[in-house]
Amino acid sequence: MPGAQERVLRRRIGSVQNTKKITRAMELIAATRVVKAQQRANEARPYAEHITQVIEDLSASGADVDHPLLRQAEQVSRVGVVVLGADRGLAGAYNSNVIKTAEREIMAARAEGLSYDLVTIGRKSKAYFQFRNYPITASFEGFSEKPTFEAAADIAARVISLFTAEGGCDRIILVYTRFISMGSQEVVVRRFLPLQTVSRIAEEGDAKAVAGFEFEPSPAAVLESLLPRYVESRLFSALLEAAASELANRQRAMKAATDNAQELIVKLTRKMNQVRQDAITTEIMEIIGGAEALAEDRDEPGDLILSHLDSDPFPRHSGSGHHTAPDRTIPDPD
Amino acid sequence: MSLLVELVSPERVAYTGEAKMVICRTTTGDIAFLPGHIPFIGVLSTHPVRVQQDDGEVVIAVHQGFVEVSPPGEDGRTRVTILSDVAELADTIDVERARSAKAEAEERLRTGPGDPEAFSALRRAEVRLSAVDAA
Repeated sequence: MPGAQERVLRRRIGSVQNTKKITRAMELIAATRVVKAQQRANEARPYAEHITQVIEDLSASGADVDHPLLRQAEQVSRVGVVVLGADRGLAGAYNSNVIKTAEREIMAARAEGLSYDLVTIGRKSKAYFQFRNYPITASFEGFSEKPTFEAAADIAARVISLFTAEGGCDRIILVYTRFISMGSQEVVVRRFLPLQTVSRIAEEGDAKAVAGFEFEPSPAAVLESLLPRYVESRLFSALLEAAASELANRQRAMKAATDNAQELIVKLTRKMNQVRQDAITTEIMEIIGGAEALAEDRDEPGDLILSHLDSDPFPRHSGSGHHTAPDRTIPDPD
Repeated sequence: MSLLVELVSPERVAYTGEAKMVICRTTTGDIAFLPGHIPFIGVLSTHPVRVQQDDGEVVIAVHQGFVEVSPPGEDGRTRVTILSDVAELADTIDVERARSAKAEAEERLRTGPGDPEAFSALRRAEVRLSAVDAA
């Protein structure tokens, strides 16, 4: 019969073991998903590159139009903050990092006396700002791990309308986590709208543009329908990077949790073994003590183990009369 | 010499292949590209794009987007890139779904005429179906 303390420890080890199984499973799931998310980010690149390429071609042909998305406000009085967070937690500091950065941006805008619009993406960021009574202009959720282009288009449409509306935002920034590698991700604050001028966008692309394109219906019309696509594709790639970062963070957090659980199991097992050994020792002592008492009752010389305990267990000469390990008596060389 | 055709959607490169001729409809009218076409950028309207190959034709349902004909690369081939939010190859289109989407959109237009979303849904379904028919 295990003792009370041993039972408690055994139960704790069991529960830690279960937790470890769960965190291990989550780690493996996140590990496979992060590979997929990276793949999706890579697959989305050609579209973004082509869109940029077309803008470069347009720029080379000298088309520079006055489009609402390009218009720089002379004085900024309202800013939009778009936060890209996750739907679920258990991803280490992923959510809190991006939320804290966004909150700092809001504080900075407030300090400058600007009003702001807050757009949250992901359940966690919405919950955070809602709980703290920040006015949330729009929120999107349910796709943080696996963003679709439709979701990006929806968000882009909302953000564009915030920007172009009368009395709307004069500047919109995007706060998200950039995926650098499996081992490192960083929170970045990017200016999202207004877009830079066409020629600036063109300069940032690396492909060389060639003049002499024919446009149908006209360069301006092409640009007109191209810029919203460009905004969507930029937002989509940010969403994909955020998803990959979220999963990488979750994998790391769950790996740490699994390791911690293992460490705890080892520690608790040691403790349990010690407690068990203590109990066994106590039990033996009790049995011996009881037997001793019985022997004393019979008033016989103690022929029991206990009576020999304080004597030399391996006597050099006479081993007779001793019940303890007589065979192990070291033979005298003489 | 042939055309190099690439169909790029935001999520991935949906199709790459060679072609003799590419026929598509821009907002101002139909246009066909042959190898050696001058660089061109056009806004596509919602209409199937037909890619003619030596051994048949590939039809792609395109819901708006752009077509870009790049100047010949180092290998001297003309590249045609179709950029579209929604681009589907005709043989991957679910005909049943497109039909039911069309019926639903028509129903919505009957009850609430002028619903732009229903109208574009109808248009998309029609393009999908016409792409399947053309293939």
